[in-house]
Amino acid sequence: MEAFFVWFQWLYDETGVNLTYFYDSFDRGRMIGGFFTTIWLSVVCLFFSTIIGIVGAWLQGSRLVWTRRIVQGYIQFFRNTPPLVQMYFFFFALGNLLPRVKNEFGFMEPMLGNFTWAAISLSFFAGAFNVEIFRSGIEAVPESTREAAEALGYNRLQSYMYVVLPLAFRVCLPALNNNLVNLVKTTTLAYAIAVPELLYVSNQIWSDSVNVPEMMVTLLILYVALVGLLVWAMHRWERAIRVPGYGI
Amino acid sequence: MTATQAWTTDQPIVRIADVYKAFGAVDVLNGVSLNVMKGEVICIIGPSGSGKSTLLRCINALVPINKGSIQVEGQEVHDPKLDKLELRKKVGMVFQQYNLFPHKTAVQNVMMAPITVLKQDKTEVEARAYALLKKVRLEGKEHSYPGELSGGQQQRVAIARSLAMNPDVMLFDEVTAALDPETVKEVLVTIRELAEEGMTCLLVTHEMGFAREVADHMYFTDRGVIVEQGPPKEFFANPKDPRTQEFLGQIL
Repeated sequence: MEAFFVWFQWLYDETGVNLTYFYDSFDRGRMIGGFFTTIWLSVVCLFFSTIIGIVGAWLQGSRLVWTRRIVQGYIQFFRNTPPLVQMYFFFFALGNLLPRVKNEFGFMEPMLGNFTWAAISLSFFAGAFNVEIFRSGIEAVPESTREAAEALGYNRLQSYMYVVLPLAFRVCLPALNNNLVNLVKTTTLAYAIAVPELLYVSNQIWSDSVNVPEMMVTLLILYVALVGLLVWAMHRWERAIRVPGYGI
Repeated sequence: MTATQAWTTDQPIVRIADVYKAFGAVDVLNGVSLNVMKGEVICIIGPSGSGKSTLLRCINALVPINKGSIQVEGQEVHDPKLDKLELRKKVGMVFQQYNLFPHKTAVQNVMMAPITVLKQDKTEVEARAYALLKKVRLEGKEHSYPGELSGGQQQRVAIARSLAMNPDVMLFDEVTAALDPETVKEVLVTIRELAEEGMTCLLVTHEMGFAREVADHMYFTDRGVIVEQGPPKEFFANPKDPRTQEFLGQIL
């Protein structure tokens, strides 16, 4: 392992290609931390935005007109405003309205940290699109299938959970994939509120070592790999839930 | 007529009294009344758009009515306080397009409702589901998905799925209309067996031969009213109303 690190030091000395995060243990620590922060932020947002999509699409079918209007308002608000503005709004506007609490060093600090706000704002942002994606899947489930469930005594929630949603999922999975891929890439916006994710730590490293081209290429390769992994997993899932004889 | 009295088997199990139903400006049912006793098999025939299917769907409250009364085992179906689950445990329905759940295998289709809706024990339901599929002659097809089954097989799964809820009344809404002539037979055989076992059946059908054979009572509907009714022998041999004569003349 040591020889591996030494080789990158040699590479820098000989060619000028400066990959500090291989031979410098401090930069290595920052890079690994950034990588896992990005993964963790992505996983949290993927999970909650999907939940928001499922619940939102259910509420959209509500009999109460005001429930439907609120869901519609939420979608319009989060779809029609830039995600960076949303993140600033959450972090600076809402974050300041919350009470401050004493931290372990005895200082007063905001109740929710920047990572939490990034996760909240990105989940709501991607969730708004997910509601519409799930709605498209739900509308593809024939009314007669829903009616059959109703005739068997299913109430609305049971029919949604056991019949409509599993079928809708199969229809809307390609669109859902797209949005989740976008979500993983959008986590870089958390840079703006100093969440130490990949872009943020890369910026720190290139500020110290002035190795901007190397760090940029590194970032691109890492995101290609991360998103590639997500797409691969989603395709596997798509295949796993494919139903024989069912067109989708 | 409105109060729910204790129902006994000497009273009609399905009692339909002067039912009106309109979809927007279109009148579909214009005062339909009919009674079905327990164990009786009735067939409703009539031209398309005469309200046959709507009538069946009103019986298990899939469609609300505008006026009149429908009772199943003495329970008013269109009472706003009705427990719909209680009604649907009593009334099973089979549709023209089968409407199976395409993401579940045949046996899962049969098992789903008793487990999720009635919260029955899984192993017990599973045994019953296999028995029901055997009864509708689908042994060996338990683990096929609906998309892998023929229309007639799918329809028999749909019948088994409905029977798994142990209903007292079965509604069949043109269940053979989407099938080819050969598969029609396998579905009709299943229905005939049910009828012979004493299941109360209401059938909307275009299979006149089958209706004549299996029905205890025939109804002919046209433009939302019952035009003629009677025991099948007399109904087919000697229709009185000119509209019935015309309809039967075209079909037979």
